[in-house]
Amino acid sequence: MNDKTKTKTSSISKDKKIEKLVFWLFLAPALFSFLMVQIIPFMIGIYYSFTNWSATAQISIDFVGMKNYFDAFQDPSFLYATIITSIYTFMNIILVNIIAFSLALLVTSNLKGKNIYRAGFFLPNIIGGIILGYIWQFIFNQFVPKLAAAVGFTYLSENLMLGNSNTAILALVIVSTWQYAGYIMMIYVAALQNVPKDLLEAAQIDGASAWQRFRNVTIPLVAPAFTVTLFLTLVNSFKQFDVNASLTNGGPSTMFMGKAIKGTTLLAMNINDTSIISLNTAQAQAKAIVFFLVLVTFSLIQVYVSKKREVEL
Amino acid sequence: MFKNANNKIIARNISEVMTFTVMIMFLVPLFLVLINAAKTNNEIISAPLSLPTDWSVLIKNITTIWSNPNLRYSQALVNSFVITTFSLMGITIFSAMAAWVLLRTKTKLSTAILMLFIAAMVIPFQVVMFPLVKWFGIFQSITGIQMLRSYTGIIIAYIGFGSSLSIFMFHGFMKSIPHEIEEAAYVDGCGKFKTFFLIVLPILKPIYVTILILNGIWIWNDFLLPMLVLGKGTPVQTLPLAVNNFAGAFLVSWDLMMTAILMALVPIIVFFLAAQKHIIKGMVEGSVK
Repeated sequence: MNDKTKTKTSSISKDKKIEKLVFWLFLAPALFSFLMVQIIPFMIGIYYSFTNWSATAQISIDFVGMKNYFDAFQDPSFLYATIITSIYTFMNIILVNIIAFSLALLVTSNLKGKNIYRAGFFLPNIIGGIILGYIWQFIFNQFVPKLAAAVGFTYLSENLMLGNSNTAILALVIVSTWQYAGYIMMIYVAALQNVPKDLLEAAQIDGASAWQRFRNVTIPLVAPAFTVTLFLTLVNSFKQFDVNASLTNGGPSTMFMGKAIKGTTLLAMNINDTSIISLNTAQAQAKAIVFFLVLVTFSLIQVYVSKKREVEL
Repeated sequence: MFKNANNKIIARNISEVMTFTVMIMFLVPLFLVLINAAKTNNEIISAPLSLPTDWSVLIKNITTIWSNPNLRYSQALVNSFVITTFSLMGITIFSAMAAWVLLRTKTKLSTAILMLFIAAMVIPFQVVMFPLVKWFGIFQSITGIQMLRSYTGIIIAYIGFGSSLSIFMFHGFMKSIPHEIEEAAYVDGCGKFKTFFLIVLPILKPIYVTILILNGIWIWNDFLLPMLVLGKGTPVQTLPLAVNNFAGAFLVSWDLMMTAILMALVPIIVFFLAAQKHIIKGMVEGSVK
């Protein structure tokens, strides 16, 4: 009897041991890579933002306190990048969502080729930003001037859109919209398909016009999707780098606070430039942490908004 | 009544034609790449809108690009393919394994680890990219394992960055698998390994496809991570890096540039046409979660 309990408890503890072993064994590969590339660099990065870390060879990395953060906020190129990123993001949110929603309405109406249309509008989204940027560089530099000349639009036939920082930002918005609208469209499509048909029919029988049905039945039911799409466009526009790099490479230059700076450099690119061109990696790191905090704020607002919406429902 | 039905058909045809036209206009940039890849540079500059007169120029341009020493297209294609494939294998299997033990082990530690993986999704690449390169440098000087400019380093990086979302999605999906299936397998004498690889893994197939697509398209198109971990102009270059290098030197020769773009587009577009339903569904699911 005594013997039996003994073997039983030892087999249970053996089972526990195996379970623990399996737990760590299964977790190890993912956890190792995760720590290697996200957690450890994140920690190092926070520390380095308070040092004089530079991209050039240096003897020692010394603690300098908040210096990089103060310097970052006094750097005209960073302030300019913040302003221009906000403008770009705002225009992008509006344009992407208007176009995506209109396309979604088109491809959910009763059309024969709707699956082909959906795929067609979605296609640009699977092409990488670097490649997209070069395609559009060709369009803005070669195609648009010729087309503008043919239709007699002299401003565009005489000026390159990428040659002036204001129109170049607009060009960035156009390309991002082209890239992103099909993707956001599909989220709206999913939402539109979930609107119950009988509800729309009931409204029609009650004498509601097409516009009234759209305004009072469809829109309220699709509203939760707007939270998702608005924040998706917000975060993705804010983080834009690839198209920026290949379409304008941050240029052309413009004057800001009495300094000549690159006129279409968005925040992500400004962080890159600070380390790769100015070789001030510690300041780039400080800027990146500010960038991170802004994104965390966006996420928290999104969670708050969706939670609130759930409560209301 | 009859007239009304007739009007409806006409209205539908009009919107069919309209949508079709909008789509064609939407895709004009891609047609422009195709037609201009089949021209000489002079033809492009004088008439970027016209159709090519001689399609054999396309073949000539493709051969030029294929053997161009700046672009090293075939090598970049193989590199992109190898890096994407191995990263995807790592991400899906390791994330599924991790998600499974994190779900089935109910301890504070496992919850904390899961939370850490999920919380890391909000970390933008910009915050970790420079320290990552520094850390990889330190790591390779300590262990002797080549991390920078190597397949090993970039594949580990993709597994690490891909794991957060993948574990989150696997974990969510696994919650819906009844525990009884695994218990039955366990009673039948299946060990943990057998239970996972023979019972759980096959059930994961639908979510597996979604995770493969989400990560695959990201990795294939990614630019910043390979630029930092592999470096520009080093022996191992991915397709986006190669096109970027090429553009640095050849942006004035639009004929070659258009051909290089066309050749970089072909693999991903073929993949899209072959699996577009899965791709669209997968990418949309990934966003909403």
